[in-house]
Amino acid sequence: MEGSPAVSSETRPPKLVIEGVSKWFTPKRNIVQALDNVSLSVAKGEFVCLLGPSGCGKSTLLDIVAGLTKPDEGRVIADGKVVEGPGRQRLVMFQESALFPWLDAFGNVMFGLKLRPDLTNAERRRIANEYLDLVGLAKFKHAHVHELSGGMKQRVALARALAPDPHVLLMDEPFAALDAMTRDQLYDDIQRIWMESRKTIIFVTHNVREAVCLGDRIVLMSPSPGRIAQVFEIPLPRPRDINSPELASYASRIAAALKGSKNGVVSE
Amino acid sequence: MRRLAVALLFFAVLIGAWELAVRSGRWSAVLLPSPIFVGEYIWGAILDGTLVESTWVTLKRLLVGYAAGVLIGLPLGLLTSTSQFLEDTVGALALGFQTLPSVCWVPLALVWFGQTEGAMLFVVIMGTVWSVIIATDHGARNIPPIFARAARTMGSEGFHKWTRVILPASLPFLVSGMKQGWAFAWRSLMAAEIYVTILTGFGLGHLLHYGRELNAMEQVIGVMIVIVVIGLLVDRLLFSPWERFLHLRWGTNVKET
Repeated sequence: MEGSPAVSSETRPPKLVIEGVSKWFTPKRNIVQALDNVSLSVAKGEFVCLLGPSGCGKSTLLDIVAGLTKPDEGRVIADGKVVEGPGRQRLVMFQESALFPWLDAFGNVMFGLKLRPDLTNAERRRIANEYLDLVGLAKFKHAHVHELSGGMKQRVALARALAPDPHVLLMDEPFAALDAMTRDQLYDDIQRIWMESRKTIIFVTHNVREAVCLGDRIVLMSPSPGRIAQVFEIPLPRPRDINSPELASYASRIAAALKGSKNGVVSE
Repeated sequence: MRRLAVALLFFAVLIGAWELAVRSGRWSAVLLPSPIFVGEYIWGAILDGTLVESTWVTLKRLLVGYAAGVLIGLPLGLLTSTSQFLEDTVGALALGFQTLPSVCWVPLALVWFGQTEGAMLFVVIMGTVWSVIIATDHGARNIPPIFARAARTMGSEGFHKWTRVILPASLPFLVSGMKQGWAFAWRSLMAAEIYVTILTGFGLGHLLHYGRELNAMEQVIGVMIVIVVIGLLVDRLLFSPWERFLHLRWGTNVKET
């Protein structure tokens, strides 16, 4: 395990580079630093989990990578280009359902595809059906959003984010609002889909087990100001079972480090 | 079905109480006609066509004025919701004029347009447009920001974002705004018809007005009942089902009125 803030542990070329990103917020007179000089490099096809307590700036960092928020200092480079705004190459799956209720499941998946001028309509339909099938919702393609359960909504959201074939998938605590059983099922699905598609994924969470179950690498962040405290490699074989004992031993070590980072002390 | 029965029973009791009050003889039958007389008037006026004709004239005016009010109000409301500047200027103007009872526009309309359909239309539009602006603005501001964020990441910008995301997302609120606009248009038109006497069309408001001049209280009360029933029917048949459907599907649980 390594403890340095800027890590490029892989030999593969970096897909995404975060360089010295800082961000301040100014709610009511006082200035709060959300992110302090955060640097991180993510390899192609890597599954990176940003883990930390609330207020550590992990969601802000994800927003900056997505291009939805501009950093005050530093920059994000994706595929060798500086990120200036949101783009199809980095799609976000949000914590709460961001599905459009005026469209059905199929229409939601088609939304992003229709914004790709390089596809014909027949191709768009084929791709949308393919991804609904991938998340196991082929039968519900014409269901409206209010008819879907929480887990199904997030599956549609996953299909919507994957269908336009982004290079990087950004996930902002996508399972936080779901019950434990639905979540366990989705951990299996997301691992299966990731192994098939080999997308680069950045996954934000405050759940240690979730991070160990999903991530190749866990970037532990500490709050006020948001910094990278420690980075953990998780060499466990896949698919991983969130209830397995090996996973639990990693999780307990990281949980201990998390406690330390909350108190402002970083210990190995 | 049960709810309908309860409502029917309630109105039956209300009419019964009215009839009893008339029979008690405490009030002059000229001032308080029996519900039977009022019923006879309504039935007679339907048969001889005056009521149907007046309703038609009124509804035509209403439709034109209301449509114009909505067409002006919706885009303005969407605009004020996007910019602080427009909110502080047009928004404040709308709020001010919304508090102005629409009958207050009648003197101005009479001077500007004379005894014309134009005056009538002006009053209806002035009565409608401000409440539509405010309801639309309120609705568009209540759209969950996550919709716009999700749309932006998928590459939806500008015109596409407006027509494919902001507009459909605010649809339940737009319908609420249109419903409120309808109520205001209906009130304004009645005010206009009572005060603007013209020969190009004899609406329900005129019928009400002449009922008073002829001291025919059964006509006054009969027309009032027709006005209430039309207002209720349009709300129940046109707006409420639509509103309920949209709020259910959009998951926006705004309390029904």
